[in-house]
Amino acid sequence: MNTQSESSQARAVPLQAGAAQASGGTTGAVGLKRLWRSPAFLILLPLLVFALSVFVGRYPRPFFMPPAVLAEDALAQRLVLNLRLPRLLSALLLGASLAAAGGVMQMLFRNPLVEPGFLGVSQGAGFGAALTILLVGTSPLWVELGAAAFAMLGLLLSYGIARRIRFGGWILRLVLAGIAVSAIFSSGLGILKYLADPISQLPEIVFWLLGGLYSVTWRELLAILPATVLGLAVLLFTRWRLNLLALGDETAASLGVSVRRERALLLTVSVVITAAVVSVAGMVGWIGLIIPHISRRLVGSDAAEFLPLSVSLGATFAILCDDLARVVTAGEIPLGVVTSLIGAAVFLGLMVSPRFKARR
Amino acid sequence: MSTSALPVAASPMPGEAMLRVEGLGFRYEAGRPAALEGVSFEIMAGTITAILGPNGAGKTTLLHVLLGLRKAASGQIWLAGRSLGSYTRRELSQWMGLVPQSEYLPFDYSVLEYVVLGRAPYLGLLDLPGEEDARVAREALATVGVDGLAARPIPELSGGELQLVLIARALAQQPRVLLLDEPSSHLDLSNRNATLRVMKQLRRAGTTILFSTHDPDAAALAADNLVLMKQGRILHAGPVAETFTSEKLSETYGMRIEVLRSDGMYLVRAADGLQEPIQSSV
Repeated sequence: MNTQSESSQARAVPLQAGAAQASGGTTGAVGLKRLWRSPAFLILLPLLVFALSVFVGRYPRPFFMPPAVLAEDALAQRLVLNLRLPRLLSALLLGASLAAAGGVMQMLFRNPLVEPGFLGVSQGAGFGAALTILLVGTSPLWVELGAAAFAMLGLLLSYGIARRIRFGGWILRLVLAGIAVSAIFSSGLGILKYLADPISQLPEIVFWLLGGLYSVTWRELLAILPATVLGLAVLLFTRWRLNLLALGDETAASLGVSVRRERALLLTVSVVITAAVVSVAGMVGWIGLIIPHISRRLVGSDAAEFLPLSVSLGATFAILCDDLARVVTAGEIPLGVVTSLIGAAVFLGLMVSPRFKARR
Repeated sequence: MSTSALPVAASPMPGEAMLRVEGLGFRYEAGRPAALEGVSFEIMAGTITAILGPNGAGKTTLLHVLLGLRKAASGQIWLAGRSLGSYTRRELSQWMGLVPQSEYLPFDYSVLEYVVLGRAPYLGLLDLPGEEDARVAREALATVGVDGLAARPIPELSGGELQLVLIARALAQQPRVLLLDEPSSHLDLSNRNATLRVMKQLRRAGTTILFSTHDPDAAALAADNLVLMKQGRILHAGPVAETFTSEKLSETYGMRIEVLRSDGMYLVRAADGLQEPIQSSV
């Protein structure tokens, strides 16, 4: 550009401070925003919660295992190594994947009110996983594949129906179609329950309806590890381009984006990581909706900023919810119940808060 | 040009053709009438051309075909002497920037975050925009005169401010050709003029500009050349002095339009069916 004024640099506002001031932040708020953006903080937060959670449980007594016990008690060591570690790791992957997939879907569908559980993706994955168990067997890889196939089907159905609904704005239509498709897959899952063998298959299927990590061992964790880690890496490394896809198709293409190819890739990755975690954890809702919302509230809408924060907060939130699920009662509360309870409450708080904005 | 790769082809000098279109045809669906048919014209580097015509004349379609967003069914387009099809999508986005008619934004970006998106043509799949990109974006904002808005959230902008920010985003692409789709149609007169002023200022700096409008006033105020379109065809094309006439505008709009010249300016009277003498009050 030849016409730029020479003085513009002097008036320059740094890109990030600009966003901070945009939401009317004070000096303190700007400092906090720097924290939310700091890579060290984003990595350390879930790791710290993870490390503390190793000692949370109901052995040798409710709530907390003193570190000394771990050093001496052989049973405690086996418990931590064989049960708590794989479980905490899958909670971490679960939260990170659902939050990332939710944030990505919100950008791709240009709709701040969607998440995998609202688009038929999670329910499709649950149905696919249950169907695979009935027809093929319980091998984790097959279950993951079945989950992924039906998760994709759920998404395609929701999207296709939303495009054909003849009233309402895009946000409303997608949410309505998603609710209907989710309900179809949920009832399908209910029907499968009656076809399942009550001794060997039924317990496995029931848990998809509520979600939980109690059956996770290293075997399940290792089955989902490659897909989720690789998928999260793809989403995180290409995150800035999500902003381009959230513009109109024509604008994005005029900016050099291969719109269809890039959207299909990112959507497939989001569905695959969602299906992977659903195949071991069942339907755990709301994480994909509220975590990206909170993240955008904290650092702004630029995907370069809010997606890493979503992954970090999602992992932290899932570990904390699983801690609650494990320790609050002597039995176990299904994880999906905990995340739905907290998630829906937080969501209501966000919706009625005067700073909430979702324009059509 | 302060940054980024130089264009693959040499940029045409003023007086040379930047865009040449021959026999362009396009239809959205088989069986429906053609949205474009036999469209041919030439745009010289460093000029402003207005595509003028009533709603539904095919103006937006033509812009999209020129940008390679839609594939023409027939005809040829040359950009800087090279066939449009020989450019990659990324190359094209470094040559031509689009200012869309409107943009639906579901998320609250700051103005600067939004304008930096215009740097996409120069960033790889895994890249994040850097200091240099932020600098180009700020310069683009300064060029259109709204650098003070950098930190503001997009939803808080007025219509006129948003239009200038949309232009700034296209300028961050550092394009040789700027295409604007109805840049002034939803603006009040003062904001319309601010937008047209920016276009003229960019032309002086060497940018080739093509904009669509259904407003003859805006076309006469800003353009050097006109392309008059109706129902997917070009009726007339050429310098404003030759094409901005009562006869040609009336033909384009299918109604009686009178063009008057006064002090070297054009006055448009389009009062067909509304003519009543002004009642003088007693």
